[in-house]
Amino acid sequence: MQWASWSAFWDMGGYGLYVWGSYGALFFLILAETFFLVRGRKRTLQQIRRMKNWEQQ
Amino acid sequence: MAFSIYKYASPMTFYGLAGKLIPWFAWGAAILTVLGLYIAFFMAPTDFQQGEAYRIIFIHVPAAWMSMFIYIIMAFWSAVGLAWNTRLSFMMSRALAPTGAVFAFLSLWTGALWGKPMWGAWWVWDARLTSSLILFFLYVGIMALWSAIDDRRRSDRAGALLILVGAINVPIIYFSVKWWNTLHQGASVSLMKSPSMASIMLIGMLVLAIAAWFYAIATALTRVRGIILERERQTEWVKELLEKI
Repeated sequence: MQWASWSAFWDMGGYGLYVWGSYGALFFLILAETFFLVRGRKRTLQQIRRMKNWEQQ
Repeated sequence: MAFSIYKYASPMTFYGLAGKLIPWFAWGAAILTVLGLYIAFFMAPTDFQQGEAYRIIFIHVPAAWMSMFIYIIMAFWSAVGLAWNTRLSFMMSRALAPTGAVFAFLSLWTGALWGKPMWGAWWVWDARLTSSLILFFLYVGIMALWSAIDDRRRSDRAGALLILVGAINVPIIYFSVKWWNTLHQGASVSLMKSPSMASIMLIGMLVLAIAAWFYAIATALTRVRGIILERERQTEWVKELLEKI
C-alpha cells in the first residue's frame, strides 16, 4: 500500500489539483462521449422510424 | 479469407458484426481501466524525481498515443475510400474522428496539468506541444468540413483529402522530440531500446493503453452503426431491422 491515509491519497503529495484535474477530465469526457453516443443512437432510430411512417401514409 | 473480407465490407453484414463485437470491447475497456487505475495508484511507487505528479503519465501517454493511432487509421480508411470508393471506409473514418478529438484534447489537457508543476508553465510553444495542438485542430477542422458540405459524396471525399494532407503532422509529432530542442522529454518507451522506467509503471501504462484501444474501438463501432443506419435507411434490410427492434 502506497498511502498512509485517504487524505494522503487525495493530496497526492501536494499535486492533488494536477493529478485529479487530469483524471477528472478523462472521466468527464468518457462519460460525456458515452452519453452522446447512446442518445445519438436513439435519435437515429427515432428519425428513421418517423420517416418510414411518413412514407407509408 | 478474401471472401470474408469482401463480405464484411458490406455495411449490412458489418452492422451485425459490429453489434456483436461492441459489448466485448466495452467490457474489456471497463475491466482494463479498473485494473490499470489500481496499478497506477496502488502498486506503482512514488517517482523519485517528480513525486506523485508523475501519475499523470498513466493517462497522458495512452491519450497521446491514441490521438496519433486513430489519425493514422483514419488516414488509412480515407486512402482506401478514395482509391476504391468503398462505402464503409468513409463511414469508418467519420466514426473515428470524435474519439480521436477526445484523446487529442486529453493529451493536451493532461500535458498542461503536468507541465505546470514540473516546468512551471501550463503551455510553451515547443515543437511537441505545438504539433499536438495542430493535431487537435485537424480533428476539429475535419469534422467541421464534413458537416459544412451537404452532398454526402463530396463531403466524404473532401474530408478524406484533408485527413491525408494532415497525416504529415503525425510523424512530425512523433519525431519532434528528436528533430528539435524541446522542453518535452524524449520517449520513455520505444521499440528500439528497453524502456527507461520502472516495470510496474510501464505495465500500468500499457494496461491503460490497451483499455484506451478497446474504448476507441467500442465507441467507433457504435458510431459507425449509427452512420450505417442513417445512410442505408432506404434499403430493405434496415426497414426489416427496425421492425425487429
